[in-house]
Amino acid sequence: MSFPLLTTTAVVPAAGAIITAAVPAARRTTAKYTALLFSLATLVLAAVAMIRFDPSGPRYQLTETHTWVKNFGLHYDLGVDGIAVTLITLTALLIPFVMLAGWHDPDPLETADNRRWRPTQGFFALILLVEAMVVIAFEATDVFLFYIFFEAMLIPMYFLIGGFGDRAHAAGEDEGARQRSYAAVKFLLYNLVGGLIMLAAVIGLYAATAKQLGTGTFSLQEILNARAAGRLHLATSTERWLFLGFFFAFAVKAPLWPLHTWLPNAMGESTAPVAVLITAVVDKVGTFAMLRYCLQLFPEASKWATPTILVLSVISIIYGALLAVGQRDIKRLIAFASVSHFGFIILGIFAMTSQGQSGATLYMVNHGISTAALMLVAGFLITRRGSRLIADFGGVQKVAPVLAGTFLIGGLATLSLPGLAPFVSEFLVLVGTFSRYPAFGIVATLGIVLAALYVLVLYQRTMTGPVKAGIEGMSDLKVRELVVVAPLIALLLFLGVYPKPVTDIVNPSVRHTLSDVHKTDPTPALEAKK
Amino acid sequence: METLIGLLVAAPLLGAGILLTGGRRLDRTGHLIGTLLALVSFAFAVVLFADMLGKDTAQRTLTSHLWTWVPVEGFQAQVGFQLDQLSMTFVLLITGVGSLIHIYSIGYMAHDERRRRFFGYLNLFLAAMLLLVLADNYFLLYAGWEGVGLASYLLIGFWQHKPSAATAAKKAFIVNRVGDIGLSIGIMLMFTTFGSFAFADVFPKVAQASGTQHATVTGIGFMLLLAACGKSAQVPLQSWLGDAMEGPTPVSALIHAATMVTAGVYLITRSSAIFNAAPDAQTAVVTVGAVTLLFGAIVGCAKDDIKKALAGSTMSQIGYMIMAAGLGPIGYVFAIMHLVTHGFFKAGLFLGAGSVMHGMNDEVDMRRYGALRSYMPITFVTFGLGYLAIIGFPGLSGFFSKDKIIEAAFAKGGGEGWILGSAALLGAAITAFYMTRVMIMTFFGEKRWQPDAEGHEPHPHESPATMTVPMIVLAFGSVFAGGLFSINSAFVKWLEPVTGHSEGNSPVSTATVTAGTMVVLVVGVALAWAMYGRRPVPAVAPRGSLLTRAARRDLLQDDFNHVVLVRGGEHLTRSLVYLDHSLVDGVVNGTAASVGGLSGRLRRVQNGYVRSYAVSMLGGTALVVAATLLMRAV
Repeated sequence: MSFPLLTTTAVVPAAGAIITAAVPAARRTTAKYTALLFSLATLVLAAVAMIRFDPSGPRYQLTETHTWVKNFGLHYDLGVDGIAVTLITLTALLIPFVMLAGWHDPDPLETADNRRWRPTQGFFALILLVEAMVVIAFEATDVFLFYIFFEAMLIPMYFLIGGFGDRAHAAGEDEGARQRSYAAVKFLLYNLVGGLIMLAAVIGLYAATAKQLGTGTFSLQEILNARAAGRLHLATSTERWLFLGFFFAFAVKAPLWPLHTWLPNAMGESTAPVAVLITAVVDKVGTFAMLRYCLQLFPEASKWATPTILVLSVISIIYGALLAVGQRDIKRLIAFASVSHFGFIILGIFAMTSQGQSGATLYMVNHGISTAALMLVAGFLITRRGSRLIADFGGVQKVAPVLAGTFLIGGLATLSLPGLAPFVSEFLVLVGTFSRYPAFGIVATLGIVLAALYVLVLYQRTMTGPVKAGIEGMSDLKVRELVVVAPLIALLLFLGVYPKPVTDIVNPSVRHTLSDVHKTDPTPALEAKK
Repeated sequence: METLIGLLVAAPLLGAGILLTGGRRLDRTGHLIGTLLALVSFAFAVVLFADMLGKDTAQRTLTSHLWTWVPVEGFQAQVGFQLDQLSMTFVLLITGVGSLIHIYSIGYMAHDERRRRFFGYLNLFLAAMLLLVLADNYFLLYAGWEGVGLASYLLIGFWQHKPSAATAAKKAFIVNRVGDIGLSIGIMLMFTTFGSFAFADVFPKVAQASGTQHATVTGIGFMLLLAACGKSAQVPLQSWLGDAMEGPTPVSALIHAATMVTAGVYLITRSSAIFNAAPDAQTAVVTVGAVTLLFGAIVGCAKDDIKKALAGSTMSQIGYMIMAAGLGPIGYVFAIMHLVTHGFFKAGLFLGAGSVMHGMNDEVDMRRYGALRSYMPITFVTFGLGYLAIIGFPGLSGFFSKDKIIEAAFAKGGGEGWILGSAALLGAAITAFYMTRVMIMTFFGEKRWQPDAEGHEPHPHESPATMTVPMIVLAFGSVFAGGLFSINSAFVKWLEPVTGHSEGNSPVSTATVTAGTMVVLVVGVALAWAMYGRRPVPAVAPRGSLLTRAARRDLLQDDFNHVVLVRGGEHLTRSLVYLDHSLVDGVVNGTAASVGGLSGRLRRVQNGYVRSYAVSMLGGTALVVAATLLMRAV
């Protein structure tokens, strides 16, 4: 048996979490470096997996199969397709930056007040724990195994949101704590309800396989094989119910309008690095799972639900952008921008075209990087001023030009400026949607104007104009902060002009997914010669 | 030779990279690096031009493929360049005028502490603009298109500490984005119809369109026109250009007069195959052009801010070009010819305005100028030559290029020809009027200077050589370019292989048109002299007629935007923010709460008792396992 690379990629951060948590309370710096080291090791492993993945090879690679609980048809099945391996690499890439950006977030304040004590070890251990769970959720090819970690990652996230909230709160410490708890519980509740409904669907799927195959199974591969061989046939109504159960959970997590309302609270109340963890890493499991599970397991129901989902996606795009325009809080603004962007991703997935789905996958990667860049710089800004209200800022570029410059680049990436990575993916999603559903494509295109509006209004109000009171002494980016931002910007530029390394890995998997749902791209009316 | 095309773009891009990331240590040399790289790019352009002249007409197009940008099933976007006579013309204009303006800026921005950054942005602009005109497909063109938009945004808002500058920058970007929707959808339509958006694939296929595909081609034309309206400040997307004058004056000269704002003309001319096959779209193009040429001219008459008067003029002159481009093969060549001559004289006029402001404590109100001709002789002469060129004084550049457009408009034939031709003639009269007004108010009459807000009396003086030399060079262009282009119809012959050309059949003779333009020229100048030259200019603007007051406010377009879009938008977002909180959140929360009444319980659980929460989570997991077991048993 070959080296279990995928297991190792998940075990390393998990082990890192335990070791970091075990570092004595007084040695905070040791704990930080330990955690960082483990996250870097994970990144190396993810990179190895990405390199070893052969785009022209079989659909799932680096597979590991073990029967877990034989009687229940429960398998420890791991394997990655191009989409999964890309998202694992994205996750592993972002975590070290999240840690570095949040380097001082969990430090105790210089105060005797006991309530403000923050366990540094816990913060970093929880981040690693989230990473481990996200990675294994991407790797799982067993429905139940996926479900377990899809749900389990809520626990560390809950503590990260509720326990390490943003200190910059206009309404004071106590009110801040209250809103933080509310946000954490809301996050948990929404995702838990989504998860429970999915659980019902998972069990339903199991029951269906048990009935038709004799022995029930959760294995994706077995289910697909059985269906291909005609041994498993889901009745139309059953397939639709099961699809809805899965989709609901993913739509909460992604999040899709109108299930998005937990996201602004959660991102607003948590520290910037945790907000990045939510939107750039954890939420991606939702959109990933739509591609992986909804389309593969329930192709007919997916097609049946497509019109509704497209409508909801387009609403998300426009609605999220309009709400972003109306926000007064920097982090909530970015959160609503993310709602808009998730609308694009889901639109691309359900447009059922090569461009749409390749674009959506690339969008997941690019949105992860661009939101990380924008949000982390916003975090640096908020920490300096002790406020996250847009109105408290003004003229920052005069005193901290590098900070303002990086913030602008993050913003320009968010509004999908050509030359930066998100442009490519957004255009692919739009063109992929347009070729099958022109009306949706056109409405979604309006999102590019609104994105310019919310980004540039934010930049104008915070960075330009006369220097406001409270901004005068603001320091520019420190070395640690530059180390966080510069590589992200470099990546945005690189993937903006040369996304080929990613698309080459993703394209074959998209081809598989499209053949699952029996869809081919629309042919141009006048095909140009190649 | 092909490699040179890439280097042409790479040189200023490199400059932008160096200057924007180099930090303070480059503050002392940054402007020299930026200028040098602009000149390098110009040198490459000249080499390529010489090479192109040496070749047969049929073999003049050079292509260069660099790499595959976006390789996705069915959607293959390339980074590839195409240098033909049309792009060559632009490349020379961009790098030539661009280099001059870099040199000018050395003097103009000498006292600005952020000069290095200014040159970085200028370099970035050059690179993006070159990308725009050199791209061999619409997707890459789009990248340049937005790239110049970014550079324009950064440069309009260069003095970011001024809220008006920051607002103007944002406005320009957002209005342009509305136009960009057109370009996006245009590309998507090409992709779904032709399976490609490369020039070489699309143009031959347009001719094969049949049936409903005609409608699609027309649709593409309309979308490209929308894009052109945004970038070239044509009605109804013109509102940003006047505000864009908040940027430093060299920027107004380069980006908002000579090059970027003419990108719409380039787009339409480049897409001639599409527009030739879509007469309805062409009608829309000429309509937009004709309306804007009058709109801009009227606005130009009412402005007291010298730069805003010139901005109105730019809008109007680009209206001429757009109209010409919409005329089809009769007009393409002259649209581009006017674009080039306009690039010379309008850039010269802006640099002149900058020179005046430089000597007048940055005063822009022409009612505070007057009698400057003896204080700034070089500025006066160069500005004056630009003035004569733009109004179409016989023998100067504008005379040749504008006259041709007016002729072409008549040559369109039928009622349309008469309407367009008359509009163009009327525009020429108004142009003569407002430009004479600018000239008189600035350089003639009594001096009307006043101390500025800090009590400094202006001491008008001639600008340094770095500023006057570019003005002199541009003045040469303003005087001679049109004549040179017209010798043996040289410009027509040069561009014809790319754009095609037809004479049309004009109902009026060339001599009649020329006579007509001379008459309107005299009328316009005389009227302006009667109003501003014969009697002293009041230092405070009189109330003016209804039209004047409307024209001062850009013919109320901004008021319309403000009431409908800004106010309306604010109400919409505010209501949505409220609804999101009270309705969407409320309903979803309510539903969630009713599902098992978990909400209240969990809220109690989390009140400080984190540990008990962990226990309940464990309970949840147990429940999950139990459920599975139960299923198993069933």
